[in-house]
Amino acid sequence: MDQLYREAILDHYKYPRHKGHLDEPDVSYHDHNPFCGDEITLELQIVDGIVTDAAFDGRGCAISQASASMMTEEIIGKPLEELRSWTKEDILDLLGIEIGPVRLKCALLPLKALKAGVWGVEDWPHDE
Amino acid sequence: MTSIETIRKDFPILQRVVNGHQLAYLDNAATSQKPLAVLQAMDDYYRNTNANVHRGVHTLSEEATAQYEGARGRIGRFINAGSSKEIIFTRNATEAINLVAYSWGLDNLGPGDEVLITEMEHHANIVPWQLICQRTGATLRYVPIDAQGSLRLDLLDELLTERTRLFAFVAMSNVLGAINPAAELVARAHAVGALALVDAAQSVPHMPVDVQALDCDFLVFSSHKMCGPTGVGVLYGRRAALEEMSPFMGGGDMIREVHMDGSRWNSLPWKFEAGTPAIAEVIGLGAAVDYLSNLGMGWVREQEHALVSYAVEKLTQVEGLRIIGPSGEQRSGVAAFTLADIHPHDIAAILDSEGIAIRAGHHCAQPIHDHFGIAATARASFYFYNTFEEVDRLAAALEKVQSVFSF
Ligand SMILES: Cc1ncc(COP(=O)(O)O)c(C=O)c1O
Repeated sequence: MDQLYREAILDHYKYPRHKGHLDEPDVSYHDHNPFCGDEITLELQIVDGIVTDAAFDGRGCAISQASASMMTEEIIGKPLEELRSWTKEDILDLLGIEIGPVRLKCALLPLKALKAGVWGVEDWPHDE
Repeated sequence: MTSIETIRKDFPILQRVVNGHQLAYLDNAATSQKPLAVLQAMDDYYRNTNANVHRGVHTLSEEATAQYEGARGRIGRFINAGSSKEIIFTRNATEAINLVAYSWGLDNLGPGDEVLITEMEHHANIVPWQLICQRTGATLRYVPIDAQGSLRLDLLDELLTERTRLFAFVAMSNVLGAINPAAELVARAHAVGALALVDAAQSVPHMPVDVQALDCDFLVFSSHKMCGPTGVGVLYGRRAALEEMSPFMGGGDMIREVHMDGSRWNSLPWKFEAGTPAIAEVIGLGAAVDYLSNLGMGWVREQEHALVSYAVEKLTQVEGLRIIGPSGEQRSGVAAFTLADIHPHDIAAILDSEGIAIRAGHHCAQPIHDHFGIAATARASFYFYNTFEEVDRLAAALEKVQSVFSF
């Protein structure tokens, strides 16, 4: 537990960054994980191919919500070009934990919403 | 009665260490652990007897057939069936319900007919009826549950009418822990001329069940929740009802004669058992019912009642913890709960790090969760081999969850 629920994760869960909605998002995408009942809506503001603002709203387990909070914080200021190549590893690095296959779905939900919302990629992650 | 310590030695897996702690297995409503007697019966079958049943005239095949059919007889007696012809082997309780839905439902349901189920059913006793009602034009109705999670029996007169062809209900809920008055519900169904199907997936493993006393037409359960292996389930069917039904699946073993222009069915129970059955698993289930009979199902129920009463008392002391479902005598060995607004998966993950196995989610019963307006619950479910000490560990770990997540 001390590993799965390390301080940083609990902190993002309890005090989520960028939680809420943008006034005029360029991208808004809702996704959910039927296994856990995790839900998130991800919103982005994009100027010249750069994420200038991001927000999320949702509910679910600590892992999914902390992942959303950490990811929104991280992607602001980054070019979409760079985010396009993000993988599971990028999220796990942010979270800084090892995750079993079941909870991985929770952790990856925000990135899944990003990929679907921006590039219409609906079938990520493929089974690896 | 043998002590719990002696009984626990029959279950090698209970000695396992998980994440540095001795396993406390509290997910018995999902599946139970298996005693050595069951593992050995299956191992012995594969080592010494393995052959296909009902076909060969060689020694092994005759022995395999005798063991397979012998297990059927013992399993039938375990629920006091009048005849072993009334015991049909399926893959699990789910398949047993589907068998009735398709074999009986497709031939007997049509527009204007109603199937009555309840709001506290497992998806296994909802979805097959949704599918069959769609196909036949029959209407599916539900007996609602009240704020405590008990069936609204006061509405039964309205819901159970001469249009009702079948009343299918759960004897013991896998989420609420509610024990329904099954015999009374069967009698109410019969009073309006409906058949009654009892989903006994939770009751057969945990309390004495007597199909003749219940007087039900169908009753289903799964081996894996009652010390037996996965891969086998049972449909008990009243002989007269089964005789009238069409076969479910076609193939070998279920026929008497096959000709290019048609076939004749085998007699009961084989009419409903197409293809090579789960022979070793049926033999394993036979060993499981011997094991349970030896303990005594009355004792099993008492033991679990003591455990769950203690658990309810301990858990309600955890701040913010809320158990759903009725209390007291009507509660089986199941306690589903929420803890403040901590997500049940987070609860289960922290408990797992302490070696405590519980389940989190909707437990294949989403309508119950909708009823209470919650997406998921955490659920501890006990079996006779659990201990009071494990309940203490559960309560202590939940205190820890509470402190990790407190703001
Ligand atoms: C009340 C109830 N009915 C039906 C089932 C389905 O059992 P199986 O998955 O073995 O078919 C379960 C299992 O969780 C159950 O608890």
